[in-house]
Amino acid sequence: MNPLPCCLCRSTNLLIRGALLFSVGVFLALVLNLLQVQRNVTLFPPDVLSSIFSSAWWVPPCCGTASALIGLLYPCIDSRLGEPHKFKREWSSVMRCVAVFVGINHASAKVDFANNVQLSLTLAALSIGLWWTFDRSRSGFGLGVTIALLATLATQLLVYNGLFQYTSPDFLYIRSWLPCIFFAGVITMGNIGRQLALYEYKFIQEKMHQD
Amino acid sequence: MTLREQLREKISAAFYRHGLLCASYPVPIILFTSASILTCCYPLLRLPLPGTGPVEFTTGVRDYSAPSSVPHGELGERPDWYHGLPVAYIQQVLVKAAVSPWDSSLVPVDAFRSPLGRVFSLLEEIRNHVHSDGSGARSLESLCLQVTDLLPGLRRMQSVLPEHGCLLVSPGNYWQNQRDLFDTDPDLLKTIHKHEPKGLHTSATLRDLLFGVPGKYTGVSHYNKRRVVTYTITVVLSRYDASFLNSLRSRLKQLYPSANCSLRDDHMVHVHFKEEIGIAELIPLVTTYIILFAYIYFSTRKIDMVKSKWGLALAAVVTVLSSLLMSVGLCTLFGLTPTLNGGEIFPYLVVVIGLENVLVLTKSVVSTPVDLEVKLRIAQGLSNESWSIMKNMATELCIILIGYFTLVPAIQEFCLFAVVGLVSDFFLQMFFFTTVLSIDIRRMELADLNRRLPAEAGLPPPKPGPLRAREVPPPSRPSPHTITLQTPPLRSFPRLPKRLRVVYFLARTRLAQRIIMAGTVIWIGILVYTDPAGLRTYLAAQVSEQSPLGDPGGGGLPPHLDVAPVFRGADPTSTLGVHPPPEPTPLPENQSEGHHAAPRLAILSHSAPPAVPQITWGAEDEEGWRRLSFRHWPSLFGYYNITLAKRYISILPVIPVTLHLSPQEAMDTRHPQDTRHPPPTPAPPKVSQDLQADITLYKVAALGLAAGVLLVLLLFFLYRILCPRNYGQNGMATGRHRRGDLPCDDYGYTPPVSEISPLLLRGHSMDIECLASDGMLLASCCLAGQIRVWDAQTGDCLTVIPNNPLRRSSSSSGCWEQRDGWDSSTTGPESECLCSEAQDLSLGGDVPSEDEGYPVRRRSTPVRTALFADQPDLTPLIDTNFSFQPTTNSSACPSSDPSTPPAGGFDFGGLVERAYQEHESPSPSAYPSPSSASSSPPTGASMLLQRRASLGETASSPPTQDRALMGGAQADWDSSVWAMDLRGNLIAAGRSNGKLELWDAVEGTLRCINDDGVSGITALAFLNNRIVAARLNGSLDFFTIEINKPLGLLQYRGAPGRAALPASPCYSSEDVLSCQLTRSVQCAHQKPITVLKAAAGRVVTGSQDHTVRVYRLEDSCCLFTLQGHSGGITAIYIDQTMVLASGGQDGAICLWDVLTGSRVSHVYGHRGDVTSLVCTTTCVISSGLDDVICIWDRSTGIKIYSIQQEVGCGASLGVISESLLVTGGQGCVSFWDLSYGDLLQTVYLGPSGDGQGVRQLLVLDNAAIVCDFGSELSLVYVPSVLEKLD
Repeated sequence: MNPLPCCLCRSTNLLIRGALLFSVGVFLALVLNLLQVQRNVTLFPPDVLSSIFSSAWWVPPCCGTASALIGLLYPCIDSRLGEPHKFKREWSSVMRCVAVFVGINHASAKVDFANNVQLSLTLAALSIGLWWTFDRSRSGFGLGVTIALLATLATQLLVYNGLFQYTSPDFLYIRSWLPCIFFAGVITMGNIGRQLALYEYKFIQEKMHQD
Repeated sequence: MTLREQLREKISAAFYRHGLLCASYPVPIILFTSASILTCCYPLLRLPLPGTGPVEFTTGVRDYSAPSSVPHGELGERPDWYHGLPVAYIQQVLVKAAVSPWDSSLVPVDAFRSPLGRVFSLLEEIRNHVHSDGSGARSLESLCLQVTDLLPGLRRMQSVLPEHGCLLVSPGNYWQNQRDLFDTDPDLLKTIHKHEPKGLHTSATLRDLLFGVPGKYTGVSHYNKRRVVTYTITVVLSRYDASFLNSLRSRLKQLYPSANCSLRDDHMVHVHFKEEIGIAELIPLVTTYIILFAYIYFSTRKIDMVKSKWGLALAAVVTVLSSLLMSVGLCTLFGLTPTLNGGEIFPYLVVVIGLENVLVLTKSVVSTPVDLEVKLRIAQGLSNESWSIMKNMATELCIILIGYFTLVPAIQEFCLFAVVGLVSDFFLQMFFFTTVLSIDIRRMELADLNRRLPAEAGLPPPKPGPLRAREVPPPSRPSPHTITLQTPPLRSFPRLPKRLRVVYFLARTRLAQRIIMAGTVIWIGILVYTDPAGLRTYLAAQVSEQSPLGDPGGGGLPPHLDVAPVFRGADPTSTLGVHPPPEPTPLPENQSEGHHAAPRLAILSHSAPPAVPQITWGAEDEEGWRRLSFRHWPSLFGYYNITLAKRYISILPVIPVTLHLSPQEAMDTRHPQDTRHPPPTPAPPKVSQDLQADITLYKVAALGLAAGVLLVLLLFFLYRILCPRNYGQNGMATGRHRRGDLPCDDYGYTPPVSEISPLLLRGHSMDIECLASDGMLLASCCLAGQIRVWDAQTGDCLTVIPNNPLRRSSSSSGCWEQRDGWDSSTTGPESECLCSEAQDLSLGGDVPSEDEGYPVRRRSTPVRTALFADQPDLTPLIDTNFSFQPTTNSSACPSSDPSTPPAGGFDFGGLVERAYQEHESPSPSAYPSPSSASSSPPTGASMLLQRRASLGETASSPPTQDRALMGGAQADWDSSVWAMDLRGNLIAAGRSNGKLELWDAVEGTLRCINDDGVSGITALAFLNNRIVAARLNGSLDFFTIEINKPLGLLQYRGAPGRAALPASPCYSSEDVLSCQLTRSVQCAHQKPITVLKAAAGRVVTGSQDHTVRVYRLEDSCCLFTLQGHSGGITAIYIDQTMVLASGGQDGAICLWDVLTGSRVSHVYGHRGDVTSLVCTTTCVISSGLDDVICIWDRSTGIKIYSIQQEVGCGASLGVISESLLVTGGQGCVSFWDLSYGDLLQTVYLGPSGDGQGVRQLLVLDNAAIVCDFGSELSLVYVPSVLEKLD
């Protein structure tokens, strides 16, 4: 068991994990963006497929990179803090989490709310509920809030610089529900990342043993 | 008792009773549940079925007024979508035109050129129609639907579809509604076809849109037999003006009367279009469903240890689905109409309701003790989980209630459904799923019973099944010892190369066949469908007959389905005069005035000749739009970015227009190039043409059939070549096994058969108490106190150290004992580690595991391969061997008459002596003595002396001190051996009277004895030259073995090439050993020491006083006292890497850091004592009194999974390699894949093992397993692991 192949194997595993998380992030970004795009009234939209890629090209890669980072960061922080995440570490729970995340996005896109405050409050409650149901770790909460705030700030800057804009901004330049969505997304990606890390941990052990 | 605990108890008791109820009356409860599900789902019948097809509603024209925009509550049959203005009113003018009479001078183009040409005048007429009454003049321009640009993607249609004006489509659009363009068009059909889309098209084509009738009804083609051209002019109106439309209708009727037209014009049809799901909406939907299925998959995968995994998974899914249906049904029943899109929220509902409870229930029930009654198991399982279930339920209800107070209607509705769904889900879980579970568990118990019954009846024992019920028991074995094994699944310890795995995967899933099969089926289906005589035409006919809105789908309709052409031989000339060519109507005439219209119509209508029925109007023309694709209107409006989704259009009754054209007129409008199409040859009689068509049809059919047969044959041969049927069943001629015959995996793939024969080591008379091994040797001690030493490689018994002379003397003499041992040592295959004497003495070479089931038989009818052919008298002498227990074999062994033994023993000694004189032994020092001299009974003293003499001649005689020891017979035979360890060739035995004895394992001599302590030795550890003994009174003694010889003379036993051997010094028999008590820790523990383990220079003790202590081996210094358990310590594990784990009576497992003495993790895993603990680098494996083996992640302390064991077999487990776990069962040992928790193999130890559990299990260094098996030992090799070690 010389250290070199082990290191190599670990880094390749890290890469694989990152790639997986990246693709999940890109996929979710595309799908959720499609949800956000207002209902296309045409029945024969001439560019059905292009509406999937209706956002700017840089949005999915950004989301993918962010999700890969978050998904790798969570298990890393868990191990640094020395409090391994023990709550509901199963794939079914992860799937549930993803489904609820998509549901939150769905609600934000499709459900008609009376006003933006109501929408934001509801989504905030839903996001906190998501965290409480699937995470319940302080580190997860802290990281989620931090990243959500950072991402909101970044979006503000982007919009301020005119890279894109929201149709009806109600919170400075962006929508007020954005932090909630970011928070839920961070929790979800963290959940996936942790689960992947658990698998990878087993895998590495197995590999080391094989060596 | 707090309120919470009271509540908890009450809930638990209620669940217990409920579980009893469910398990007692499964069938009535299931019936009741099904009935309630059906009742609750009954209101769902009233809900409209989902679908995107349009719905219609018909109203009368006369009293029509646009419905108000507010939806009416209860307005009879009026559908709920019928409110507000429609998107548009559609007025179609249906034109049927024919050139009559047809004469032979006309070319085919004439059949449609002039009829089509008339569309321009008609258009002119319609456009310019002005109706004026009291409220002013209205023209079409003011009423029609004004459209703007086409969609940007439809540039190529810009030339044909109107833009920036009235939406009025007609075939004239092909020529931009300009007559001169039409007239100069050399090829009309080409113009029309130019706009047809290429390839497959699902929506309405441009041709359909412009002609307003399906393409084949238009009659615009060269081969139109009927020569009637049909088309419509479609006017789309935004407002409904009855008077204008009436005047237009009467004007057109007056101009072009349709004599025999009896179309009803008093009904208008409102067509409501459902929301269409576009790809943009579909992708998120599909994503949510994929996530849902992944969730269901990952959830149901966890269902385990039940009879039918799939059945329970299905039951779980049914529970959730039907609870959702019940929720919708109940909500509908109480007047709540679901407005949400069911398909959209369904996945979220499932996820919210979840499958967790079901899984928790299953897990809880299967983890109850298996020996309980089913009812009690269910009840216990339910009550164990009752609190958590109720807590979860309450939490979820709270969350949903919070959601209800968001006051957003959509979320409120969702929450309402979710609440009702949760409650009904709870109901179903409690009644439906619990009952199904009880049935399943009962089936499993029945299966167990079936397995056990024959064994009790003394029939050939069907093997006790593997521990998992879903595993198929192995087939009947050819011999009791030979096990047909399921080769491990592919991901298990023989790591296969990747390509082999791929091949195995293909073979296992039978992917190739399945794909080929599916492909063939699909291909045959396509063949049948597209066959000219086949299904498709029939289907098309059926569809077009039955569904008015169905798209008949391009061609294939037999002509007889169409309107029967009527070309009666009526006087064609009479029509000529009646239908004057419509010269452009002057504008004033095209203006109708409300009160004038009727008289004019009446005046003019008389001139319509009643007897010109060339063009017929049937009922199918009345609503000709029904023959169009139901996407016709949505696509027409869609071109202008107007959606019809969730809206409706009103289709007004058609205005029939009949045009009769004279041949002259047709010829006049002829384009010069039209004549290049010659008139068709006189059509052959229709019958012959049909016949011809039939013949071609049959030809095509026959060809297709032949091709099909050929292809099937080809595929069959391919299949046979690619997928040979015997996938490696060792060339068995029997072909495919019946399923269940051999251990199959889920796919029915029978893996190649491999066999493992466990070596049975027999000799002990009673149950084996202690087992010790150092890799080369194996020492066992039975309840009778007899210690036997075996060769761990071959299974030969090397030495027997008997215990109680008095007991033995009453039964038989010691020499028999020796003989027995001798016999055992001479049997079995020779190995390189056996000393040459053993080879010399291997007189009888029968392997115990070969053919004989019973030791008695082996002794009575031995198969001796005499090594010494020149000593014929040797064999029969040895044949007189026997076991020293007369109760078992004295009757079966005629030669074991108590009177003969002295002679036999004497002879034997003499023979041996002679043998050794003749065959000089190369290494006399390692001569294995058949038995220890000290064990000789008084009655056999002469024999013993003789033996001594022989030993003295051949082997170096033991030192006198040793002899004195032996002669003194200090060994206390009254006490039993409580602990034993083996290092090198020394056996350390701790006795119940506190004495520590050191025996020579090879020679069977007592080397030294220490009786410093009086309290019984409960545990022993032997490391290097130190022995640590734990005593019953809680004290801990450290002994050192001292040798009189310098250490340099220490020999290292074993072959030099064998690296796997522990480098334990071998104390040769010349050395004088002394065992000295170096230190005694008097009060190591307050209570008896239960466990003692030593490794890595540490001695760890666990005691009843709940503490674990760590000592350093060198200086006996207590390093740590580890506290953390709340019960006595029952299991400890420590290995060379200083991993320390301890388990206690409280079911807790603690992991400690040996260097710092801190507790790393602390988990509760078992109900009852932890009986055994093993660690690998990744995980901790523990077993408990509850017969569950739990596998924990070592770093995180999370339970990865658990394995339910059979009763009483929980304690025995061992780890062979990092990923291979072995556990003992009832008469068998099972191998598990550690990383996945899969059962790999089950090896049955013997025929009589059904009742006996394996209580101890020892993993040797050479990947062999030794386990006790009643009074026998079993040595099982794991060949694949051996290979791996090499």
